[in-house]
Amino acid sequence: MNELTLTDVEQDMLDGGRGPGVAMAMRMVVALARVLGAQQLLPITNAHIDSCLYHGQAGLDFAQKLADLGATVSVPTTLNTSSLDLLHPGLVRLPPEDAVPARALMDAYRALGARATWTCAPYQSTERPAFGEDIAWAESNAIVFANSVLGARTERYGDFIDICAAITGRVPHAGLHLPERRNPTVELDCSALSLAMLGHEAVWAALGDVVGRQSGTGIPLLTGIDPSVVDEDKLKALGATAASSGGVALFHVAGVTPEARSAGNDPAWTGLPTVAITAEMLRGARDELSSGADFSLPLDAVALGTPHFSLREFEKLAVALEGTVPFHPGCTVWINTSREVLAQAQEAGFVQAAQDRGAKIVVDTCTYITPILRPEERTVMTPSGKWAWYAPMNIGVDVVFGTLHECLSSARTGKVVRDERQWS
Amino acid sequence: MSANGAERALSGTTLCAGEASGTLLVLAEPLSFWGGTDRKTGMIIDTHHPQHGISMAGCVLLMDASRGSSSSSSVLAEQLRAGVGPAAILLTARDAIVALGALAAAELYDTHMPIVLLDAAAATALRRNAELGDYSAGVLKSFARHISVRADADGRADVVLAYPTDHTH
Repeated sequence: MNELTLTDVEQDMLDGGRGPGVAMAMRMVVALARVLGAQQLLPITNAHIDSCLYHGQAGLDFAQKLADLGATVSVPTTLNTSSLDLLHPGLVRLPPEDAVPARALMDAYRALGARATWTCAPYQSTERPAFGEDIAWAESNAIVFANSVLGARTERYGDFIDICAAITGRVPHAGLHLPERRNPTVELDCSALSLAMLGHEAVWAALGDVVGRQSGTGIPLLTGIDPSVVDEDKLKALGATAASSGGVALFHVAGVTPEARSAGNDPAWTGLPTVAITAEMLRGARDELSSGADFSLPLDAVALGTPHFSLREFEKLAVALEGTVPFHPGCTVWINTSREVLAQAQEAGFVQAAQDRGAKIVVDTCTYITPILRPEERTVMTPSGKWAWYAPMNIGVDVVFGTLHECLSSARTGKVVRDERQWS
Repeated sequence: MSANGAERALSGTTLCAGEASGTLLVLAEPLSFWGGTDRKTGMIIDTHHPQHGISMAGCVLLMDASRGSSSSSSVLAEQLRAGVGPAAILLTARDAIVALGALAAAELYDTHMPIVLLDAAAATALRRNAELGDYSAGVLKSFARHISVRADADGRADVVLAYPTDHTH
């Protein structure tokens, strides 16, 4: 195998010429390049850090060591969800032995020069990477969105390497940074799915579950979808769930996503093995995501906004709530979003209707990664495939998966309400 | 009969250098360390996973690659810090998320968990050993429970299967 070659600047970083913090970060980038078999490094223009969510002492030790050694980020860098909601103190019921280091971790990343965005949906910000830019994003839903919807290029970066890439401004020249690795590997024919069905974000999440299972770590090309029904919230739901049930880091939708539109008659995009996706497969995914829940029990909560609720989703929610009664007092509607989007939504007047009916807003974190729900909130409904996938493992609840409209009807009555017409 | 029993060696490629040994644990399906394993005990807690309830602590883990969340690197590093991580990991794909957990633990705590890339034939030999025992050379050598892994910084890695000494003869 050919050896990794560094430029003079990169070698200087590794040798400590830019300080010991940069040298530590470069050791990690170089080690990863060797793991991946890369022969050179690649400059990046942007980074998104997932390491700011507390998973134990090791993550804190790593960030504090970099900060103590004087490192700072060299490209615009955003921060993912943390374990705490700094705008609503007392909402997160994390015990002090976890809350104190979780807060110290957030402080360490700010000291390293990253922006305090605290969101898993950095793509909802006004500053976002452009088509073709090489970036280093962590957090599986952010990765798949950046690659698929923005057409920026990022490998599946994880904890530790995200901040090291941000500090050095370099990543290994490998994986999804290489144009030839971005071609589709399987065609998923969605022409049998009705337009009405594809109007619901949750149906796209169920589609994402099927896409993840069908594609594994491959690159699916979805065909047979009318572009007029697609928006960024639906692509967000698709990607987040496909990255949970599989390892999907890039998908294409014919006629919609940027690389699919620019592919033209590229022969690499034709003659792929094809799987027909049916409405029945999506209903199967819906039922699998609801496994374990007893629908006859009272519904204790509804979880919205995983990944973080967008401005447009707040608008759609406000419209859906017009003329409706308050939520049932036994059912709490939780909405996860970023502090940036919350400020915009409040400014636009999209938040009050939900709050007037009893909804509670969470920022900086998410209801399935840290203790926010009360112990008596046992059965929870959600239109988010990612929340449905991880919450039973993370916080021990039973999940019912359904569309936003099913969730809102259920929240009003305090019982699970199904509408099969939305799933056909 | 050797005092140490019989051995069989497989070669691979070093992804992370180190030396370790332990009991072989073959993952039946990909696993997300984050959400799927307990950071304080090393137990597999993913209820979707067929090996739910088994501990990875101290095992030589054979897996194709990880799945799901990119937070898995932190969980693995924390398990290595707490001494409940795998002893070594054998992969069939160059998995960055798994490697980064080991690289961070090495940077912080001088803990060097070896990660080795195996080709399909070597991985199959290990899987067959775990399921059926090793029939190499036409003779059943019984299950190799103990696996030693040595991954050198120059890229060369050896995985040695040690078979228990037969005391009945």
